[in-house]
Amino acid sequence: MVGLATVFGAGGGTSSYQEAEAADVIVMWGSNARNAHPIFFHHVLTAVNQGAKLYVVDPRRSETAQFADRWLGLHVGTDIALSNTIAREIIHAGLTNMSFVERATTGYDEYAASVEPWTLERGEQVTGVPADAIRELAHAYARAEAAQLCWTLGITEHHNGVDNVLSLCNLAILTGQVGRYGAGLTPLRGQNNVQGGGDMGALPNKLPGFQDIVDDQARAKFDAEWGVTVPSEDGWHLTQMFEAMERGDLRSVFVIGENPAQSEADVHRAVELLRDLDHLVVLDIYLTKTAELADVVLPGSASWCESDGTVTNSERRVQRVRKALDPPGDARDDIDILLDLARHLGHDWHYDDHEEIWDELRRLSPMHAGMSWARLETLGGIQWPCPSDDQLEPPYLHGRLWADDPDQLGRRAPFTVVVDDPPVEALSDHYPLRLTTGRRLDSYNTGVQSGGYRSPNRLGETLDLSPEDAHRLGVADGEQVRISSARGQVVAPARIDPGLRPGLVFMTFHFPDEVDVNQLTIDATDPKAGTAEFKAAAVRVERLTHVSTPT
Amino acid sequence: MDLKTRGEPPSADELAAVDAVLGAAPDRDLHDVTGGHSLRNRRHLLLPALHAVNDRVGWISQRAIDYIAERLDASPAEIYGVASFYALFSLTERPAHQVHVCVDLACRANGGPAEGDLPAGAHASPCLGACERAPAAFVIDAGATPSQAVAGHVTAVQVRQWSDGDGPDPEAAPAAAVPQAGDRSLVLLARVGRGDPLDLDGYIADGGFRALAKARELGPVGVIAAVDASGLTGRGGAAFPTGRKWEAVRSQPATPHYLVCNADESEPGTFKDRVLIENDPYALIEAMTIAALATDCAYGYIYLRGEYPRAFATLLHALTTSRDRGLLGGETGFDIAVVKGAGAYICGEETAIFNSIEGYRGEPRNKPPFPFEVGLFGQPTVVNNVETLINIPSIVLDGRPANRRLFCLSGAVKVPGVYETELGLTLGELIELAGGLRDGSELQAVLLGGAAGGFAGPADLDLVLDQDSTRAAGLTLGSGVVMVHDQSVDLIDQLTRIAAFFRDESCGQCVPCRVGTVRQEEAIERLAAGASTGDLDLLRDIGQAMKDASICGLGQTAHNAIETAIVRLGVFS
Amino acid sequence: MSRSTTPSHDAESTVTLSIDGTDVSVPEGTTLLDACGGKGCGIPTLCYGDTITPKNACRVCMVEVEGSRVLVPSCSRQAEQGMVVRTRSQRVDHARKMVLEFLGSSVDLSLTDHITEWNAEYGADPGRYGADAQTVAQPVKIDNDLYVRDYAKCILCYQCVDACGEQWQNSFVIDIAGRGFAAHVSTENDVPLPDSACVYCGNCIQVCPTGALMFKTEHDMREAGSWQPDHQTTTDTICAFCGVGCNLTLHVQDNTIVKVSSPPDSPITHGNLCIKGRFGFQHAQNRPDET
Repeated sequence: MVGLATVFGAGGGTSSYQEAEAADVIVMWGSNARNAHPIFFHHVLTAVNQGAKLYVVDPRRSETAQFADRWLGLHVGTDIALSNTIAREIIHAGLTNMSFVERATTGYDEYAASVEPWTLERGEQVTGVPADAIRELAHAYARAEAAQLCWTLGITEHHNGVDNVLSLCNLAILTGQVGRYGAGLTPLRGQNNVQGGGDMGALPNKLPGFQDIVDDQARAKFDAEWGVTVPSEDGWHLTQMFEAMERGDLRSVFVIGENPAQSEADVHRAVELLRDLDHLVVLDIYLTKTAELADVVLPGSASWCESDGTVTNSERRVQRVRKALDPPGDARDDIDILLDLARHLGHDWHYDDHEEIWDELRRLSPMHAGMSWARLETLGGIQWPCPSDDQLEPPYLHGRLWADDPDQLGRRAPFTVVVDDPPVEALSDHYPLRLTTGRRLDSYNTGVQSGGYRSPNRLGETLDLSPEDAHRLGVADGEQVRISSARGQVVAPARIDPGLRPGLVFMTFHFPDEVDVNQLTIDATDPKAGTAEFKAAAVRVERLTHVSTPT
Repeated sequence: MDLKTRGEPPSADELAAVDAVLGAAPDRDLHDVTGGHSLRNRRHLLLPALHAVNDRVGWISQRAIDYIAERLDASPAEIYGVASFYALFSLTERPAHQVHVCVDLACRANGGPAEGDLPAGAHASPCLGACERAPAAFVIDAGATPSQAVAGHVTAVQVRQWSDGDGPDPEAAPAAAVPQAGDRSLVLLARVGRGDPLDLDGYIADGGFRALAKARELGPVGVIAAVDASGLTGRGGAAFPTGRKWEAVRSQPATPHYLVCNADESEPGTFKDRVLIENDPYALIEAMTIAALATDCAYGYIYLRGEYPRAFATLLHALTTSRDRGLLGGETGFDIAVVKGAGAYICGEETAIFNSIEGYRGEPRNKPPFPFEVGLFGQPTVVNNVETLINIPSIVLDGRPANRRLFCLSGAVKVPGVYETELGLTLGELIELAGGLRDGSELQAVLLGGAAGGFAGPADLDLVLDQDSTRAAGLTLGSGVVMVHDQSVDLIDQLTRIAAFFRDESCGQCVPCRVGTVRQEEAIERLAAGASTGDLDLLRDIGQAMKDASICGLGQTAHNAIETAIVRLGVFS
Repeated sequence: MSRSTTPSHDAESTVTLSIDGTDVSVPEGTTLLDACGGKGCGIPTLCYGDTITPKNACRVCMVEVEGSRVLVPSCSRQAEQGMVVRTRSQRVDHARKMVLEFLGSSVDLSLTDHITEWNAEYGADPGRYGADAQTVAQPVKIDNDLYVRDYAKCILCYQCVDACGEQWQNSFVIDIAGRGFAAHVSTENDVPLPDSACVYCGNCIQVCPTGALMFKTEHDMREAGSWQPDHQTTTDTICAFCGVGCNLTLHVQDNTIVKVSSPPDSPITHGNLCIKGRFGFQHAQNRPDET
């Protein structure tokens, strides 16, 4: 969101799912949508079945890559090298959309100069992807009538995740593949309300509706509505919170529906810090590992089926969730818990129903102003921005960039010079394998929600490795192996996957109770977004019986 | 796609067979893999790949399916669905030596076996298209150099011997199926017996490719005008005006256009297409080249039924020599491929043929859209039967009227075979042309137009064999079948077989045909056993529903012959 | 559900046709069924689904079009200018009756909507083919914990094949195998689902019109006699398993989710879900009753 907001001023994907169906070139970059966002991928496949070309950029020949017209298997963490090479090829082939660049962007000359060293040859050398494949993708993307560039955590879960996003934004504005129907940038969100959380101000520097907390005018509106003084400084994001815990500056934490004791990179350290807190309160529907560390546990409700409200999806569509079940036992609606808590803290937050809370938001957040519950009901969901009660905006953002009138065009989209910066943890003789992590279709995050049903395809945690590495290590399919990084070690069965190349191994983190993969991952984080580099750790794999020496 | 195979590599034979069709698999690349459309666009190679494995190994194993799946980016379930559609493919292990014995109408009328009479190891086959030498059999030996042979006048002893491993002697020369061979008045069969069918020089010396030269002078519009003027109508059964069909395709803006020659001759009692191809293959190539010129097609397919090994070899030879001579392919801007069917009557239906060529189950498509708009690979397509096309060169060259037809005479006539006549002959005259009834035979019935046609009786000998007269009589010329049954033939047995044939050959897509053909067979069997007479009403109900509500001509005609036998001949009464 | 701005289309032209003697104007490209009022307009449909291009395989929706030699399937035949259509006639009624009899005598239609009503309306008597009439009766396939396949109830509408294949899921785990009356929905060599590429999205269940494909929960409850549709509620909400925001319809009986579907008109899902959305609901109700 930081990257998109920097370039376009709005922290959301620029396109709608239906627009993928209108694209003639689709690039999935660091996204295994076939597994992680299957229904979005349906829209992609609709386009593919109508003849659209699909390019997949991913170190692994993933389930998504199996559908690709061409898979570009770059080395982990060389995304910027690849995007800069693509940019140079586009520029040199005369495929830059100069009229768009001149009208709607800034910083082109510096950007063009910065990518100049990235010849196809150098790109191939750094990324491992043959020059011919890079050239084909560059030309296809630039020449497309409408191209979609989609990404997920393969782009963002790096120490330089924001730069990765910026490098993709560069490609879109270089070619004018944004702000038109079918052309755009689509980051796919991992949870059903990541987008909505941000929309509602659950970001350390934002108020609801992406209004800056440091903006006096915006804050004044909230002060008036709420009758309090909203703090005027940015807060901490998650990584900064852990740093503050380490410093002793943060002593009490209220965790709602998160499981950091299992989901944080370098999870050992995270658990220690949570344990050392003065006071930890956890609101969850399960007694998670984090909840086990808590002083107080508040049993909440499953928001998607035991409560009323809204969520916002990856295409900025606000949709209603509705109560279908009563929560079990003493569990309560999260809102009731929060209201009660406020009362105990001396504030009477009174709302007659969930809709009243929503209407407060509509008064404060202009982009939600036109979304009454009645309208959400009738239309089955509305995409933001929706400032008007009776009109809908186009399904894509930033059409303004194509406007002839400079006033209408508004702030131009800046190119950003981005520098290739390999993963923090280099491979070494001691840890010679690159571990990257990801998701499987039938499981979800730390498995709290997906553990409840019996999927016939569930593999449990495995260490996936190439046939070549398996052979070299003398490891058989299904054999238990030890995986170690500088931070810890785990044991898991090996699974031979020809979609991996020698030197690259893969694990999920769906089964932390059995195999705590985040003991291996590195907590190097992006300074701007606070996202950890889950996608690149250095590890060693050994048979349990014989310890092989790294070669 | 999410391919999930069993991970078992194909055997050396399976690998060689598939790679011979698809080329060797690329090595695994660690950074760059091309897939998607470029693999799926080769789906039309599925049927050839399945043939290759079946021919080489004798059956198609799961691991062979898995390997083909990986190569074509098609799922194993889809490939299984396609392979299981065709009777000539086996999905369970079986010996390399296979004997298919015809149990169909002409053969069983000529003393051939019924399904239950076959020795172990022999398969019951629908009509093999060798009715002039009924009863017939088809013997296959799978292997690196597979052999396939059709045999006629087969005895029960031979069937037993072949089932134990032997094979038949080579076939008689192709001209043997044309009793009129050498008759100078022939037009469609003019070249039969006049020279070596495989000799391109001989064909050219005999006036070959002159019609094509004339067609080039006339241009597409001129050719179509000539075809229109001749009054030529489709000889596959539907009798649609050929010129109109061509014009419809020619004027379609979408490109490319495709030409399909329907040589999936599977109507019981029909064998003229085989005889034409075996005796005059270059004429078909010339005719298709003219058709392509007229309809702006860059590519043509000949869809040949799988049980015609000699016709297949003949075509391959003719195509190769034509290409070598610069008459086809390359700069001519037109080329032809032969696609072999694999034992499915329905693939002769003009849209099922598209699905089969494209590598899908040979199920008919819904019409509209019609093939001239949306046909093979979704493109404008002209589909013509072999006999229709064979009419073309002489029409273009001489401007003659299309007043000649081929008939497939079989059964109780003295000289069965393919006959060419001018339209206007009566049924009796045609039988006389074939030498009349065999000595001692008395006419009981004549099946006109095949299993999808109808029965005429002794009272119909004066019936004029043209479109209008037969239609007026509630009959059809269909594909030109004239199967003559004498008193020795058990008509109820014939009806039972017709019912079984349609039940076997229904593709299963639509309810009226899938279930209707079964209910029809059950009713016939009850009637044959002398049970309830209510079954005649039931049959009528079933027949009407199949005729009105089936997707394609198979279901729509599956009751015709039975209906005519009951109504015209009084069978079961 | 509506979409906001979509690219402009050329102004649609309309065609006028006569349906049972009444002139009707519809946009070009409208099917006869839709011109007659769509599903539920009185023309019976079986293989027609909300989200799948009609295969027109069942042939129960046939109507008579003047000038056509045979009846035409209203679910897929497009209206043309000047067409004269009869939705009821002796021929139409006969074809519908026979299709109902053919299916009724060979397939278990006990869970298919409207069958009793249509049998009465068209005078269909599936019993008249006798006790020996061939059927597709066979044991239920139970090879996983999520859904069962009871092909004794399969009318071969092709919807599951198309949902699994190109129209939605693109997994192609099942196809029609065999031919004629032996044609059946099958994995490769009929391997059990766990040996196939099935990803358990359940999009086949969603489109099945006859109950041949069924949640294991529903199957087990039916076996136990505890399945009570009259005591079930449905609530639309949003899936919690990723950021796509798929629309779920929760079918709830006794405060327990017993089945999950997705609204066919959702522009996000078009009635489709993945395994997590379709079957992942258990986590909400596997919680201990007290904390």
